[in-house]
Order: sequence, then structure tokens, then C-alpha cells
Amino acid sequence: MPTDVKIKKGLKLNLKGEATETFEQGENTKTVALRPANFYSLVPKMVLKEGAKLKAGDEVFFSKYSAKTRVVSPVSGTLKEVRRGAKRKILDVIIEADETQVYKDFGVMDPLKSDSTEVKDRIFSTGLGIFLNQRPYNIPANADDTPKAIYISAYNTAPLTGSAEFILKARVEFFQAGINALTKLTGGKVYLGVDKQSASFLKDIENVEILNISGPHPAGNLGTLIHETEPMNRGERVWTVNPEDVAIIGEQFKTGKYNAQRTVAVTGTSAKNRKYFKTIAGAEVKSILKDFEDNSRIISGNVLTGEKVEADGYLNFFANELTVIPEGNEFRMFGWIPFIDNNIHSMSKTSLSWLFPKRKYEVNTNINGEERALVVTGEMEEVMPLDIFPMQLIKACMAGDIEKMESLGIYEVVPEDFALIDYTNTSKIEAQSIIRGGLDIMLTEVG
Amino acid sequence: MNWIRHKIDQIKEPFEPGNKLQKYRPAINALDTFLFVPDHTTQKGAHIRDAVDLKRTMITVVLALIPALLFGMWNAGYQHYIQLGENPAIFEAILHGAYKIVPMIVVSYGVGLGLEFAFAIMRGHEVNEGYLVTGLLIPMIMPVDIPLWMVALSVIFAVLIGKEAFGGTGMNILNPALTARAFAFFAYPTYMSGNKIWVSEASNVDSISGETILGSLAANKEITYNTAEMFTGIIPGSISETSTLCIAIGALILILTKVGSWRIILSGIIGAAVMGMIFNVLNIEGNGLTNFPWYQHIIVGGFAFGIVFMATDPVSGAQTTRGKWIYGFLIGLFGIMIRVFNPAYPEGIMLSILLLNVFAPTIDHYVIQGNVKKRQKRLQMKTVKTA
Repeated sequence: MPTDVKIKKGLKLNLKGEATETFEQGENTKTVALRPANFYSLVPKMVLKEGAKLKAGDEVFFSKYSAKTRVVSPVSGTLKEVRRGAKRKILDVIIEADETQVYKDFGVMDPLKSDSTEVKDRIFSTGLGIFLNQRPYNIPANADDTPKAIYISAYNTAPLTGSAEFILKARVEFFQAGINALTKLTGGKVYLGVDKQSASFLKDIENVEILNISGPHPAGNLGTLIHETEPMNRGERVWTVNPEDVAIIGEQFKTGKYNAQRTVAVTGTSAKNRKYFKTIAGAEVKSILKDFEDNSRIISGNVLTGEKVEADGYLNFFANELTVIPEGNEFRMFGWIPFIDNNIHSMSKTSLSWLFPKRKYEVNTNINGEERALVVTGEMEEVMPLDIFPMQLIKACMAGDIEKMESLGIYEVVPEDFALIDYTNTSKIEAQSIIRGGLDIMLTEVG
Repeated sequence: MNWIRHKIDQIKEPFEPGNKLQKYRPAINALDTFLFVPDHTTQKGAHIRDAVDLKRTMITVVLALIPALLFGMWNAGYQHYIQLGENPAIFEAILHGAYKIVPMIVVSYGVGLGLEFAFAIMRGHEVNEGYLVTGLLIPMIMPVDIPLWMVALSVIFAVLIGKEAFGGTGMNILNPALTARAFAFFAYPTYMSGNKIWVSEASNVDSISGETILGSLAANKEITYNTAEMFTGIIPGSISETSTLCIAIGALILILTKVGSWRIILSGIIGAAVMGMIFNVLNIEGNGLTNFPWYQHIIVGGFAFGIVFMATDPVSGAQTTRGKWIYGFLIGLFGIMIRVFNPAYPEGIMLSILLLNVFAPTIDHYVIQGNVKKRQKRLQMKTVKTA
């Protein structure tokens, strides 16, 4: 019986520059990068040395603190370079891809016919565990935990994002197999969030609890789904998986091949060829983005939570979008006067933009002001559907007050739940990084 | 436009980091950002940002104050001339009001912004725009004849003790503008109360009384003004508090732009109405203020101005939604209670708001505690289930 998840608070941002729903095969990427920074908090220990040959699925590094958290190579080729930063911290592991891909054979397994220890062992020993994210803290899942539930959101409500439905359409079989495998990892339910409005094939997926999502962003955020169904308490663990990664897991069970195919929607007004590209997780940006305006910001991910990357850089391991928008490094004369520059969207009513709720906006990266003391109240609550006090939690995180953070619900949130607060708040404070800081404190102090 | 930008960049050059005037950067930035929204781009967090910023928010409040300010100027002149038995033209009245009030605004902004800039430079942060509102509010709630040096002293007290001592904008406990007025009231009571101060140059004219309505009521005198006059504000009083009509226009601007909290304004009015009705029912002998109809309580004195422009100050007010309801309601309630029971100083709204400013964090604490308890209960239930 599907459950409804309906929220009222939030903000639906209509932005220009959506991708058309057509697939295009991305150019074969010459190299891929595995970046430990994409797997938050993971401290890598290298398994292979530079120059080593590897197949797709061979282990590249594992977590220093939990050897079962492994990262395997998405391509076959040669380990070209380990780029290090200050204190020899590993920044990128660059793998040069072969022309023809060779896959390591993990053998076929039907998760429904296997017992849960076998399934779990297979997932973590073959490097699929890296696709499982743990809440609280939003870090790679620990193989020794048993989560109380697993959440997948196939309805992305953030602006200019790839449609999970479209991405998964051709891989339904693998997606179902992945779901079957995930059901073996938890004693509780596997939840799948889908758009309530669409009559999608996703609603026929078996062995999951369907959540029918409706409402503005962040309705489709995992944090919202968890909060509305089984809210997190102290000491509990929940795992989350991106929809496309479920298909990757399923494909590996069905065919024995680790095929880290990543479908990336190229969006944003500055990108010229806006389509869905099929490529590999961690591929070169230039393999799918050739034509874009000068003076642009390239974001691997969406405009609210994505990671800034360079044109000659690499895609974020998990992101299904590559958003290209103009940099806003321009001065605007008297732009702070109310009801001036109404072409810039504002949630507040000091701009006439609220008169046109259907209008699509072109956005850039200008802050539209400067950081100030926290003065205005009540505006954060308008975009926070969870039953928490956002401003008070932000202040507790700034103060590093563990007890307060805990009592105000830090375990229930991750930075992306505060992305809209980043966007709308008058004082221009960086709510996401403040929450991340608070979570880091909790992670080291409480664990 | 480009050449202006170019010129400003030239002027700013000695202030750039590494150059000799770098310390004074916040001051020059404050001036620059009034001409141009800076070209800063997002570096962390969300890559795009809303058009609203603190400048825009504060200027909206200033806009909302303009009707009351202009009316205050006209009324100051008008009250001045009618006590002399003259009937001034609109322009004449405004001219007299402006002659009195503009210097007060200049002093308030000059002294206050000077301090704000000094603190910004000292602490190395950008200048916050909050004083744009405070600096205008302070003269608006003073009697028209107050000496300029008193305005200056009040401003200094409000900014130093009321705000910067607590860490600056966003940290203060009390509303700075009301702190200024409270300072002036307790330090120079003869200039801030009585029946000779509310009309410009009234003390020069013997035998003519320019008492406020509340003053007359406290002295159990007859009121000669009708409800319409009270509402439009053609009565003696502090500069901009008399016209409930103009304040209502301001309130509308604040509410429509969502800059001011409608919850505080509405619950404040409800609170005042409730208290007024209670007194109307009790009808205490010998206290003219208890018989004063409850709806007139809302339109005379500083109540309307206080609840719209002072109580809604987000920094010193309650911050949670439910807290705002309680906070506003209590301001209204206590405001009328103090007004009725304090014959020495019939206007209670200032004291009521300051009192609730102090209690706002406590109100918020209990509202938040409800949320915390819910979370604890959930955890307990979970533990019981698993045990």
C-alpha cells in the first residue's frame, strides 16, 4: 500500500535551461578520476601502485578505518597517477581507460535466492558498498551496521535535475534486481520515493514500499522522506542509495559485471547541447560538455548542492547532472533597491517576481548582496518542511554545542536539507557548510 | 555606468588588501555597495542566491516609515501653528516640521552611522544596514522640541550599550531605537514628559495646553478629540506616532513584503484589545484611562507605532512562529496595563516592548523545548519497543 508524502513548505524554483529527454552516447572518456572527496570522510589506503593494470571492478583503494569500504575501478586500464595535496593527502586517483573495456567477472547471483549474509558480503567485497550512504552524517555506509531501513528517491525536486524515471527506463530489470539485493541488507523496509503525479513504471517495482511524493522542493529529498516515514533517532542508522546506483548494483548481480554507467543530464542556460549523456562515473567533464558559454560556472550536480568543477576536471562520482550557468561576477547599479531587477527570482516579496509564479528564471552565481549578521527571522522556516527549528540548529552548529545540536535534531538532517536556506536567506550565510561542520563535530564526538 | 564603476575602483584602490588604507575597507565598501551590488559570486553551498539581501530588507522598512514621517512633519508644524491661533497651509506646516525634524534625523544618522562605521573598522566586518532603520526610528519617537545633543547622547547610548556591547547587529537583546528613547526618558524626564513638550515651541506660549490624549486621561480631564482625529493623527504627541492611518499604511507595506511579522502585529492588537476590554468591563472609579474605549486605546499614543515598527524588530523579538504570537499578544496586554496603571507616565508601550524583548528568548526557549521533548519521547518509545 503506497504511502503519501506530502509537504507544503519549500520552494519550487523554475529555472531556464532544462535538458531535453533524449539520450546521447558521451565520447569515450580517456581517463576517469576516483576522488576520495566524493566519498565524504573516507581516508583512502591505496591497493595498487601507479602503473598497475586493472580491470573494471578491480579494487583501487579502501577506507583506512573500515577495510570493507572499498572503491573499485569503473573502467579497465592503467592506474596513471595518484595526485596528492598537502600532507600527501590523496586528491585524485587517475585511471587511463582502455579502448575496449575488460570487466572482472564476479559471477551471477540471484539475491532473492541467496541469504542475506551472502548478499551483504558480495556487495561489500566487490566494492558496491560505496553506493550505500549512511544517515546520519551522509558518509559511506559501514559494512558492520544493519540499517533500520533503506531509502531511494526517484523523484528529484531540485531545480534542473536529471529525471530518475527517464534515466532508469531502459534499465528496469537491473533496477529491480538491485532492489532485491538491497532488501537483504535491512531488517526493515526499502522505501522508493516516486512522483505522485506520474503513472510511472517505478510504481510497479516489487519488494519496496512506494512513497508517493507531492509538494515543492525539498519534497523529493531523502531527508524529507525519512522524516515523514521513520524519523531518525539517536544511535540509529539508515542507508540511502541513488536510483541509478541501484541499477548498477542490480546489473552486477545479474551479469557479474561492474558497469558504473552514469547518465548525466547536461543542463543550465550556458550549456548549448542540453541532453542526457551516457558516460562513466568519474569521467572527464569534456567528454560530455564541449560547447558552452565563456565565463560560466560548471557544476557537477544541481545548482543547490552540486560541486564546482573545471572544464578540464572530472565529474562527481554520484552526480546525475552537469549544470552550466553564467558566473555572476558583474556589478549591478542600485540593484539592492526593492522592486529593482525583478528578473532575479526572490522568495521574499521585495521583488515583483512573486507576481509571476510560473515564470522561468535565468540564474547566475552572483550572491546578490553580502554576508551579514543573522537578522531576519521566520524566512528559514518557510523552506524547511522538517519538524526542526532551522535557525536554532544552525546557531547550535556554529557554537559547536553537541547537546543542543542533538536535541534540535542534527541526526535527521544532512547539508542538502539546508540548500534552500542557503538560497533564500537574507543574511547570505552558508547554511550547508555550517550544518556540515556541525555533523563533523557529531561524527568525531559521538560517531 | 561603466565609467562610474571604473572611477570607484580607482578610489577604492588604496583600500584593497595589502595597501596602506586596508583597515578602512569596511567603510569604503559600505559606500560602494550602496551604489552597486558587488560582483561577488558564491564559493560554498548553493551556487545561486535569492535577490533579497539585508539592504533591500532594511530599505523596505525605511519606505514603510516614510508616510508616518511625512505626516509627523506636517503635524508638528500644524500643531505649532494652531496653538498660535493660525491656520497654516500644508507647505508652511511641513516646512516648520522639517525645520525641527530634519536636523534630528541628520544628527541621528551622523552620530549613529559614525559609530557603526567605527565598530565595523575596529572589528573588521562589513557595515550592517540595521542602523538605517534605527537611525530613522529614533527621531520619529522623540518629542519635537528635544535638544539635538540629547538625540546624539541617546543614539550613542543605544548603539554602544544597547547594541555593540552585546556583539553588534543581530546580537542585541533590546530594540536599539527604544533603548534610545528609554535612555532619554529616564535621563531627561522633563524633556520627555509633561504637557508642554508635545507641541513645537509650546512652552513659549503660556496658558495653551498641548497635552497628549493619554496625558489628559491620566489627569482625568475631558478629551476634546474624536475618534477620527485620533485615527488620522491630528493630535499632539511624539513626532511620528500620532497617525494610526499612516502607520497602517506602513504596516501594510511591511506585511505585504513579508518584511515585518503580521503575527506580531495582529496578536499585539488582539492583546491590547483584550486588555482594553477587561478595563472597560471593570470600569475602575477615578481612573479615566480604564473607561477609555478599547478601540481608542489602539489608535492613540505610541501603541500602533510600537507594535508595527518596534515589536516586529526580528532581532529583539521572538524568533519562533508560535513565540511570535505569544510575544505580540503579551506586548499588547502589558502595554495597555502599564498605560492604565501608571499615572506618572501614561504611555506603556515602550516599557512593554522592552520588557518582552527581555523575555523573548525565554518564550522561544519554551516553544523550542516542545520540539525537543517530542524528539526525546520518540526516542524513549523506540527504546521501550526494542527492550
